[in-house]
Amino acid sequence: MGGDVSLAEQTASERRRPWSHILVFLAPAALIYTVFSIYPLLDTIRYALYTQDEHGIAHFAGLANFIDLFSLPVWADQFRNALLNNLIFFVIHVTVQNIIGIALAAMLSLPKLFGRNIYRTLIFLPTMLSVVIIGFVWQLILSPLWGVSEGFLRAIGLPQLFAPWLGQESTALVTISLISVWQFVGIPMMLIYAALLNIPEDLVDAATVDGANHLHVFFYVKLPLILPTIGLVAILTFVGNFNAFDLIYAVKGTLAGPNFASDIMGTFFYRTFFGYQLQLGNPTMGAAVATMMFLIILVGVMIYLFGVQRRMQRYAL
Amino acid sequence: MTSRSTPIFGRLLRSLLATAALAAGGAQLVSIPAASAQNLTIESWRSDDADIWNGTIIPAFNAKYPNIKVVFKPTPPTEYNAALNARLAGGTAGDLITCRPFDASLELYKKGQLVAVDDIKGIENFSPVAKSAWQTDDGKTTFCMPMASVIHGFIYNEEIFKELGLTPPKTMAEFHQILDKIKADGRYTPIDMGTADQWEAATMGFQNIGPNYWHGEEGRKALIDGKAKFTDAPYVADLTELASWGPYMGNGYKAQKYSDSQNLFALGRAAIYPAGSWDIPIFRKQADFAFSAFPPPLPEGASKCYISDHTDIAMGINAKSPNVDAAKTFISWLASSEFADLYSNSLPGFFSLSNAKVEVKDPVAKTFLSWRDTCESTIRNSYQILSRGNPNLENELWNVSSQVINGTMTPEAGAKNLEDGLASWYAPHKQ
Repeated sequence: MGGDVSLAEQTASERRRPWSHILVFLAPAALIYTVFSIYPLLDTIRYALYTQDEHGIAHFAGLANFIDLFSLPVWADQFRNALLNNLIFFVIHVTVQNIIGIALAAMLSLPKLFGRNIYRTLIFLPTMLSVVIIGFVWQLILSPLWGVSEGFLRAIGLPQLFAPWLGQESTALVTISLISVWQFVGIPMMLIYAALLNIPEDLVDAATVDGANHLHVFFYVKLPLILPTIGLVAILTFVGNFNAFDLIYAVKGTLAGPNFASDIMGTFFYRTFFGYQLQLGNPTMGAAVATMMFLIILVGVMIYLFGVQRRMQRYAL
Repeated sequence: MTSRSTPIFGRLLRSLLATAALAAGGAQLVSIPAASAQNLTIESWRSDDADIWNGTIIPAFNAKYPNIKVVFKPTPPTEYNAALNARLAGGTAGDLITCRPFDASLELYKKGQLVAVDDIKGIENFSPVAKSAWQTDDGKTTFCMPMASVIHGFIYNEEIFKELGLTPPKTMAEFHQILDKIKADGRYTPIDMGTADQWEAATMGFQNIGPNYWHGEEGRKALIDGKAKFTDAPYVADLTELASWGPYMGNGYKAQKYSDSQNLFALGRAAIYPAGSWDIPIFRKQADFAFSAFPPPLPEGASKCYISDHTDIAMGINAKSPNVDAAKTFISWLASSEFADLYSNSLPGFFSLSNAKVEVKDPVAKTFLSWRDTCESTIRNSYQILSRGNPNLENELWNVSSQVINGTMTPEAGAKNLEDGLASWYAPHKQ
């Protein structure tokens, strides 16, 4: 915000009221964020401190919802299960998606690559598709009745590998995570690709003169220079994953089966807040779950900001 | 959501505004000729039936009441309750609300979101049993006009049965012989059901064959009174029967969804489809072979048959609707014998709850209906009172039934799971 150097160059009248400009330029964003993000967020936290009676009237109840959420087995078990599944969901994303993203970006930035733009577009395309379409298409591909995956495995001589992956407790969450990775791998690829393009040719040339081969150049010259971008991608993935809901809702519904094996925070929140089939919604408990999601994301982002980003070594290019 | 905790002056202001609006509305009513059109919007989960509503039912209504314009606005079934609650709370819900049976609608009435329908003409056409799913616990107030019930059973492909020389089974032993024969033949899926969506396992499985084990209403009431428990023999036997279905179900049934099952049967690739009668219109439209139905086979030693004849669908009036009078006119028409006939025959498989004598023309729907004469009717045991608590019994039934079929839970463990969940909040089961 408003650096001291530029301030010195301003006219005398402006110097007296430097804040007026800042206010004018900040106002639209501040207003929109306040009305559509900050206020609903604070109101959600406030609402989590209430309970509702059968007539739908809310009464202040302090931390009762949170105490229930952590201590009553009916809530605590679901919460723990959803949190654990969400962590697995995140770990799969951050490892598989980033490694594939880096590899794709590295290949795209090879100097002699034919059809670069076509690859880039094709790989990025799923990111722009609706989650409902992604869910539908992958359910069809993996379907044991009409899907192509069983035939494909048979064609390459591995029919015994096929299983109804989306329907088994042991595989449902991993399968959905990988579908999501497939959809969003374009984002880390593009960000890292842009970072790779920013690396000056001289550095690569100098390393080559010193006798480094392609792999050396990538691991010792390029990778350190794109680490800040990878960190950024990781934290974006973290925020996205702990807010995730739509793909699991589209593929498994809100009961996130089998036996809640694919239940994550988002589906747990939805089921709690809105209810499900004969289960009536509990908006105040839902608000408590939403508050927990907010706190988890907040803590995660803080750890990244203060623990990782500030210690990260940056190189001026 | 915040509206419920509005400070007192906010409420005052709102009631003042409402009074003003009412006064203005009243003034308008006087000035506008009585023939002006009124609009009604119907909230429903029956997206499958949109064509029938738009093409048959609403035109028939308009033939009598041309000044009331009706729009049918369905939401997919699994999202309906959540979406409806949000719209009612936000004041954007339609004028007519299609009512789920029992507690989901009772909750809406208690919150003041539905109006009582006791004084609407036509309510006298329904028996106390028909109304019971949409009444307060004391039975004094009815808040939705009953429309139809659905019956469970098994729909089978007649051509496959003829080809393999099979006849519909009467007992569970015969049922298993037939399944073995179809499986041995190898060309057709014996039981066409999946566990991916979970609800079929509970609804078309557990609740379909269950009444024969727990003796219909007798067992259902015993559960509510706490005289019976899910760990008792009938419930374990029901789950044990379900556990034997897995090997007869299609390859990869764990990832088979409801629509997959419907398609598999309509394509003639499956022999027996555990059904709800509401599936009839879809198969009528899609299947190009003859199909029929048989009731849940009797377990060993049983002589009396019971069927799940579930009061499923009704319609109520949004208390905040600006067109309550028009809505009452519509609801009253729903209670007429004209509607009973229209509904039962344009949507075979939904059986009118009205006392009016209705001639059902679809042969398969007629078969379903004929079981009412030979078997005792009951409703799904999880719907009344028992799904009020947390954990929710209906959700638990979905989870347990599908896991028992998947083989990841034994019938005994499943029964214990259900009973423990119920006992954790429901006083009659606590001892």
